[in-house]
Amino acid sequence: MQRETLINIIVLALLVLFPLWAWQADEPFMITLATRAVILALAGVGLNLALGLGGMVSFGHAVFFGVGGYAMGILASHAQSYEPIFEWPFLFEGSKFMPLIWLVAILSSGLAALAIGALSLRTSGVYFIMITLAFGQMFFYFTISWPAYGGEDGLSVYVRNGFPGLNTLDPIQFYGICLAILAIVLFAMSRLARSSFGLALSAARQNEERVQAVGIGVFRLRLMAFTISGAITGLAGALFADLNRFVSPVMFSWQTSGEIMIFVILGGVGRLYGPVIGAVLFIVLEHELGGLSEYWHIYLGALLLGVVLFARGGLIGVLAGREVAHD
Amino acid sequence: MSLLLFIEQVLNGLQFGVMLFLMAAGLTLIFGVMGLINLAHGSLYMIGAFAAAAVSAATGSFLLGLAASLAAAAAAGALIEVVVIRRLYDKDHLDQVLATFALILIFSEGTRWVFGSFPLYLDVPSYLAGSVTLPGGIEYPLYRLAIIAIGLLVAAGLFALIAWTRIGIQIRAGESDREMIAVLGVNISALYTIVFALGAALAGFAGALIGAIQSVQVGMGEPVLILAFVVIVIGGIGSIKGALVGAILVGLTDTLGRTLLPVAFDTFMTASAANAVGSALASMSIYILMAVLLVFKPTGLFGSA
Repeated sequence: MQRETLINIIVLALLVLFPLWAWQADEPFMITLATRAVILALAGVGLNLALGLGGMVSFGHAVFFGVGGYAMGILASHAQSYEPIFEWPFLFEGSKFMPLIWLVAILSSGLAALAIGALSLRTSGVYFIMITLAFGQMFFYFTISWPAYGGEDGLSVYVRNGFPGLNTLDPIQFYGICLAILAIVLFAMSRLARSSFGLALSAARQNEERVQAVGIGVFRLRLMAFTISGAITGLAGALFADLNRFVSPVMFSWQTSGEIMIFVILGGVGRLYGPVIGAVLFIVLEHELGGLSEYWHIYLGALLLGVVLFARGGLIGVLAGREVAHD
Repeated sequence: MSLLLFIEQVLNGLQFGVMLFLMAAGLTLIFGVMGLINLAHGSLYMIGAFAAAAVSAATGSFLLGLAASLAAAAAAGALIEVVVIRRLYDKDHLDQVLATFALILIFSEGTRWVFGSFPLYLDVPSYLAGSVTLPGGIEYPLYRLAIIAIGLLVAAGLFALIAWTRIGIQIRAGESDREMIAVLGVNISALYTIVFALGAALAGFAGALIGAIQSVQVGMGEPVLILAFVVIVIGGIGSIKGALVGAILVGLTDTLGRTLLPVAFDTFMTASAANAVGSALASMSIYILMAVLLVFKPTGLFGSA
C-alpha cells in the first residue's frame, strides 16, 4: 500500500511538473498531449468505478463519452448560431460557458447510464458485455444517420468554450482546468471507495449472495455506481470535445470503449490511479511508437497481450506488488 | 412498395443472415465448448477474405481462393489457439475480451503491413455472374443465390457433424461437462484446437464469400463480428440452433428495416423527415431487437441459464 501511495504521488507530481516544463520550454504540443492524457484518464477513472470496484465489464462506455461530447457540441453550436435548442417547456439556449456545459454533460450522460444500466444490469456475465456493446453501437449508428448535428461528418466548434477568469485557448490554462477536475474526481473516488457505498459495491463484486443476504439491494447499488461511472466518463467526453473543438460519431465507436478499457487494464484494474497511469502510458506509447513505426498498434497489441497474460495487476501491480487494500 | 421488391429484399436478408450464421456458428461453438469470448473472430474473417483475394488473383481460380480462405483461417485459428487463446480459458471474461482485442490490433496492423491500406478485389467467377429469373419474374443475382445455398448447406453439414460424428459427440460432451470428458480420456486440448480451427475456418469462408460482393480491406471483420455477437446473444450463447435462428432474424430485420421503415414513416411525415427518422431507426433496429429481447429473456432465445 505504501508503495502504491508513493507511485500515486510521483504520477501526480509528474502531471503537474511535465506541463510546466513544456510551458517553460515553449512546447505547446507537449501540453496538448498531456491534456489528452489527463482527459482520457478521467474517462478511465469513470469506467474504473464500474469495472474495477463494481465488477461490471462495460463494453459501452463510449456511449457516455460520446453523450458528454455531443452535449458540448450541441450547446456550443447553438450558441454559435444563436438558435435556442428548444423553447418548450422552457427556453433553453446554447451556451459557451464551461461549467454549464459540464453540468449538462454530467446530467445527460448520467441519465443515459441510468437508462442503459437499468436495462443491462438485468443480465450478467457475457450478456452484460454484449448488451452494453449493443447500446454503444445503437448510439453510434444513430449519430451517423441523424443529420441534425452533422451526421457522419461530425460537428465543429470554432472557438473553445470559456471559463470565467481564464483564457481557455491558452494550452496551459486549459490543462490546468482539466487537471483540477481530474484531481477533484480522484479525491472523490478515494472517499467513495472507502464509504459504506463503495465497500458494499466492492463486496457485491466479490460475493453477490452474501451482500444480498445482509439486506443490501445489489441491483440498486450497481445501478447507482454505473450511473456515477457514466457521468464521470461523460464529463471527460465534454472536455475531450473541447480539446479538439470537434465531435464526431467516432466518440461512440466500440474502439473508443475498448480504448477506455485499455487504460484501466494497462494501469491496473480497481486501483485508484490505474486509469491515470494507463492513459499516460497509452499516450506516451502512441507518441513514441507512432513516431517509430506507422504500425504501432502491433506493439500496443503485443504489450496488452503481455499485460493480460503475465501481469494481471497492470503496471501498478508490477511496480507495487500484489495489493492488499483496494477491496 | 411492390411485392417483387419485397421478395427481393427478403432474399437479401436471407443471404445476409446465412453469412452471419457462418460467423456466429464458430463464435457460439467456441463459447459453448471453451467458455471463451473471441473478439478476434472478425480478424479470422478478414484473413479468409485476404487469402481468397490473393490466391484467386494469383491463380485465376475462385475455387482455389475459397480453399485458401478455409486453409488460411483454420491455420491462423489453430496458431492463435495454441499460442494465446489456450492461456485464456480459465481467465475471466474481462481478460478474454482484452487479450482478443489485442489480437485484433495485431492482426489488423499486420495485414495492413503486408497488403497495404488499399482494398483488394475478389471477382465473382464467370459461372456465378449475372442474374437468374426466379418464379414470379424476379431478377436476382446468381451469386447471392449461391451464397444462400452454400450457407444452408454448411449449416446442414454442421448440424450433421455435431449430431452424428464422434467429434460432434465430444463437442457436445465438452459443452456439458469439461472435466468429465477429460477424465474419460478425450484429448481435451486437441479437441479445443480443432473446435477453434473449425470456427475460424467457417469465419474465413464467410469472409471469402462476402469478399466477392464487397471490397476486401482491413477492418472489414469488426462490423460483422459485432453483428455476429448480436446474433449469438439473441439466439442464446452456446446454441447452434439459436445461432441459425438469430442470424436469419438479424439478417431479415436489418435488411427489411432499411427498406420498410423509411416507407412506413413516409405515410405520416414529410419525405425528408421520414427518410432521416427511418434510416436512423433502421440502423439501430437490430440492437433495439437485442436489447428488448435481453430485457425479457436475459439468456437469449435458446440459451440455458
